Amino acid sequence: MSEEVLQQAAPGLIPGSGTARAAKPTRLSPSFISWLQAGPMMLVFLAFFLIPLVFVVIVSFWDYNEYQLLPAFSGRGYTDTFEGCIAQLPELCTIAKTYLKTLKLCFLVWAITLFIGFWVAYFLAFHVKSKTWQMGLSLLCTIPFWTSNVIRMIAWIPLLGRNGLVNTGLMKTGLINHPVEWLLFSEFSVVLALVHLFTFFMVVPIFNSMVRIDKSLIEAAYDAGASGFQTLVNVIIPLAKPGIVIGSIFVITIVMGDFITIGVMGGQQIAAAGKIIETRVNALQFPAAAANAVILLAITFLIITMMSRIVDIKKEL
Amino acid sequence: MKEGRPRSFYVLAIFFAAYVLFLYGPMIAIYVLSFQGPQGGLTFPMNGVSTFWIAKLFQGTGIVDLGAAFRRSLLLGIVVMIVTVVLSVAAGMAFRRKFKAQSILFYSAIASLIVPSIITSLGISLEFRIIDDLIKAHWNENFETSMGLLTSGLGAHLTWTLPFGLLIMFAIFNRFDPRLEEAARDLGATPWQTFRHVVLPIILPSVIGIGLFGFTLSWDELARSSQAIGAVNTLPLDLQGLTTTVTNPDIYALGTVISAVSFTVITLALGTIHVLNKRQAAKGSDAGKGLV
Repeated sequence: MSEEVLQQAAPGLIPGSGTARAAKPTRLSPSFISWLQAGPMMLVFLAFFLIPLVFVVIVSFWDYNEYQLLPAFSGRGYTDTFEGCIAQLPELCTIAKTYLKTLKLCFLVWAITLFIGFWVAYFLAFHVKSKTWQMGLSLLCTIPFWTSNVIRMIAWIPLLGRNGLVNTGLMKTGLINHPVEWLLFSEFSVVLALVHLFTFFMVVPIFNSMVRIDKSLIEAAYDAGASGFQTLVNVIIPLAKPGIVIGSIFVITIVMGDFITIGVMGGQQIAAAGKIIETRVNALQFPAAAANAVILLAITFLIITMMSRIVDIKKEL
Repeated sequence: MKEGRPRSFYVLAIFFAAYVLFLYGPMIAIYVLSFQGPQGGLTFPMNGVSTFWIAKLFQGTGIVDLGAAFRRSLLLGIVVMIVTVVLSVAAGMAFRRKFKAQSILFYSAIASLIVPSIITSLGISLEFRIIDDLIKAHWNENFETSMGLLTSGLGAHLTWTLPFGLLIMFAIFNRFDPRLEEAARDLGATPWQTFRHVVLPIILPSVIGIGLFGFTLSWDELARSSQAIGAVNTLPLDLQGLTTTVTNPDIYALGTVISAVSFTVITLALGTIHVLNKRQAAKGSDAGKGLV
């Protein structure tokens, strides 16, 4: 099992001349080999994920002026963020309003992607009988995931713009006299684009849960006299729950931290949790950006903990 | 016995078709619009058909230096792809045995996947800024920055591609028959020979799938690059910058060019996977079949 080690130790080893090597007396211990195999990936996560997260927390407690970080303890990142939250009561302060709006967008996108994702997965898992067709249609849903998100966003411009297809169509049929303005660069277009981009993250885990459901369970439910609806509610949904939860975690965390879709599709006018961080970074207020990141992380973590109470993620993979 | 399809099949088939149309419709619209005539605007109807806007991109006289950004994105994508494949296969092999820190690595990967990208990106940018400050203070006052395409940029992309690579490896080894390796060992193969001649050929189609994920996720990556890439821009970042000042179809032309690369890579990868699966089926073993 010491493939990687041997590769490193003897890169010139010609396949087939292994008889000599097989007799090699020194064997590396299995745990050392595991370390060599998994170590590089662990190092990448350490250097580019875990340590950066620690820095976010540390820097959120630093001070700053107009153009640089000052490495001295300060709560300014947080006090600036929550400015007016107590003074303005009962009015909501900016940060509270922003988070409410983000949660609202999040909920809308979650509900819509769950609905679409569930039925698309259901169709693929239970109605498409041939394996080849199942493969082909899944691939059809996957390909857009491998293409650029920005392109999939700007793709809505020729359709929803003031002179776009939808408006021209509606004007021609005489349903409206003036172009509808709220189609593009609005909350509507943000939700539409997020659903367009991320329904994939619902389809895949739900489909995965559904194909594992033993078909004889459904037949048993049918034989026991359950209606189609009863089978759905009492058999399929409970068994697909792990997929639903995993998909939901994906979609919710993506939307909570999103600033690109909300920026592009909202015409840079809609405030959101991720957008605050970007704005602060652009203003070089890194501690304030970091403080916002910590808040966002805490809220995301809270949501995930609540959801993972429902299902053990590790068991489902 | 041939049963008729239930009515729910047709309802859901129409729903599925509508979803696919929703997925592809808008994208097709911009591919078509990027072939607008020179006088054409951002919306339908087409004002003549030409390759004017696409040609304009390659002349470099347009809004962005497409050539440079294109080469940077391609370089980064290829490096990310190679690193993702190598590290994922290695770590995937490690996970077949119990080892200490197994769950730490697993949860790091999952967390890296679901912690909002902007936070990871900000963290990497802070990390490199602090490293820069330290170098300036202690070693070299004229030091510019350690941030760049293949340092902070590469790291940022790997935090996104490696979790996918690892999860695909889990899926591969879930249905891998370990008796094949035992057989190889019994026949006197060294561990490396077992890997090279038995394990690798069987998992190869899926490994190409990991490469496909590695390249395309990096090629289109935006959120994690946004703060962590340093002074230079990748192609998607340039494209995003253009969205605030769209006035003519060159943004669509750029979109079409980026997509063309994505589709070429997807087609090549899927084609290779198909050929390998065919060969495997013809030669017998079905241990690594399916997937991707």
